[in-house]
Amino acid sequence: MTELENRSQSSEEFLKGLWKENPVFISVLGMCPALAVTNTAINSLAMGLATTFVLVCSSILVSLLRSIIPKQVRITAYIIIIATFVTVVDFSLAAFTPTIHKELGAFIALIVVNCLILGRQEAFASKNKVGLSVLDALGMSLGFTFAMLCIGIPREILGSGSLFNMPLFGESFEPWIVMILPPGGFFMLGFLLLGFNWYTQRKEKNAKILDA
Amino acid sequence: MAEEQNIVPEIIEEKEPSSIVLILALGIAGLLSGIILVGTFIYTDPLIRANKEAAMQRAIFKVLPDCDSYITLHLEDGMLKEKIVDPNKKEESDSEELLIYSGYNANKELIGFAIPGSEPGFQDIIGTIFGYDASQKVIIGFEVLESKETPGLGDKIFKDAAFQTNFIALAVDPEIIAVKNGEKQNPNEVEAITGATISSKAVVRLLNKTMDIWQGEIDKYIIQNNLTVAEDND
Repeated sequence: MTELENRSQSSEEFLKGLWKENPVFISVLGMCPALAVTNTAINSLAMGLATTFVLVCSSILVSLLRSIIPKQVRITAYIIIIATFVTVVDFSLAAFTPTIHKELGAFIALIVVNCLILGRQEAFASKNKVGLSVLDALGMSLGFTFAMLCIGIPREILGSGSLFNMPLFGESFEPWIVMILPPGGFFMLGFLLLGFNWYTQRKEKNAKILDA
Repeated sequence: MAEEQNIVPEIIEEKEPSSIVLILALGIAGLLSGIILVGTFIYTDPLIRANKEAAMQRAIFKVLPDCDSYITLHLEDGMLKEKIVDPNKKEESDSEELLIYSGYNANKELIGFAIPGSEPGFQDIIGTIFGYDASQKVIIGFEVLESKETPGLGDKIFKDAAFQTNFIALAVDPEIIAVKNGEKQNPNEVEAITGATISSKAVVRLLNKTMDIWQGEIDKYIIQNNLTVAEDND
């Protein structure tokens, strides 16, 4: 493989998670945190970063150990690795940012069962070199964080009238409380998926017209 | 699914590893994971404890205005006694044990008690701590430590400044009663939040229940220890 091809493959692995294979909007993975903890922008960001840490660390380890882990027990081994990093995140958040830890509650521990993380280990890290796996994990988790913020920021602005806890509107603004309640998560996600699908379909149509 | 089926023949061609290899692999993985977790725990546990203690301390100072220092009390042989924590002994914190805190002002006079209490609210247990002035028999401060009440409605029990004013001098005798917003006439009434009646009533229930447990004990404690209660100077 030439160096140029190599580089283009690297950037491809990194970029695909951000847009083309975005874990939330395209693969529809990680729905549990995407709906449950996106009621404020700061919670969305914290969950995104926690997931990034777990996904990147697990991918490094799984990729390094890919020839050692016996195929028959690979899923169990991945879960052990993922659960270890999730617990590290859980303890660290409780120690350094107790308020965020309190807000995210049980959803930190539930990162273990985020399909996005196990999915990347099985589909990518277990078959590729460390460097590529890190890029893939970074791209995917940044795509996830981006999606979390896409849901969280409008929910906080509409539902609480603030952004990152800073009030945006005057006293006269009546918050749309429904947006920070669970239904708000479904509304927001529904709108975003609609937008994404509309955009991709339009692009495909345009491409077809150009081809013809 | 189709992908998985393509992989299957490859696995059959390979030599099946013995169970011992599999057990060993997972055993080692578990061992390493355990070591990492113990390391993280040893490092973060003191910080987490300190955070919890600091949060409790902040809450005590908030519900007992003018509080300068406090003593942790617990029930021992049916009486309130100071809980002495032996720093040499590894703390076996018994989370089920009921604790209250007596607060003193700068002149070392007793100003009141900070009493934790919890009660099921609309969603989950509401955990609170409130300040109780034993000489006036009034609640002088209220703080929610834990709550999953509905954002925008039930969470007004700690976000709504108007609701907090209920707890500046709330009489506990004969019993605290919830009334509709704007209908407070007696010192023992709490104005419920419109749209969050269940949460408001849970708070009232919590206060009554907790005072039932502690009021007698506190009175006994004050008489026994011959404590002078600071006069209100405002």
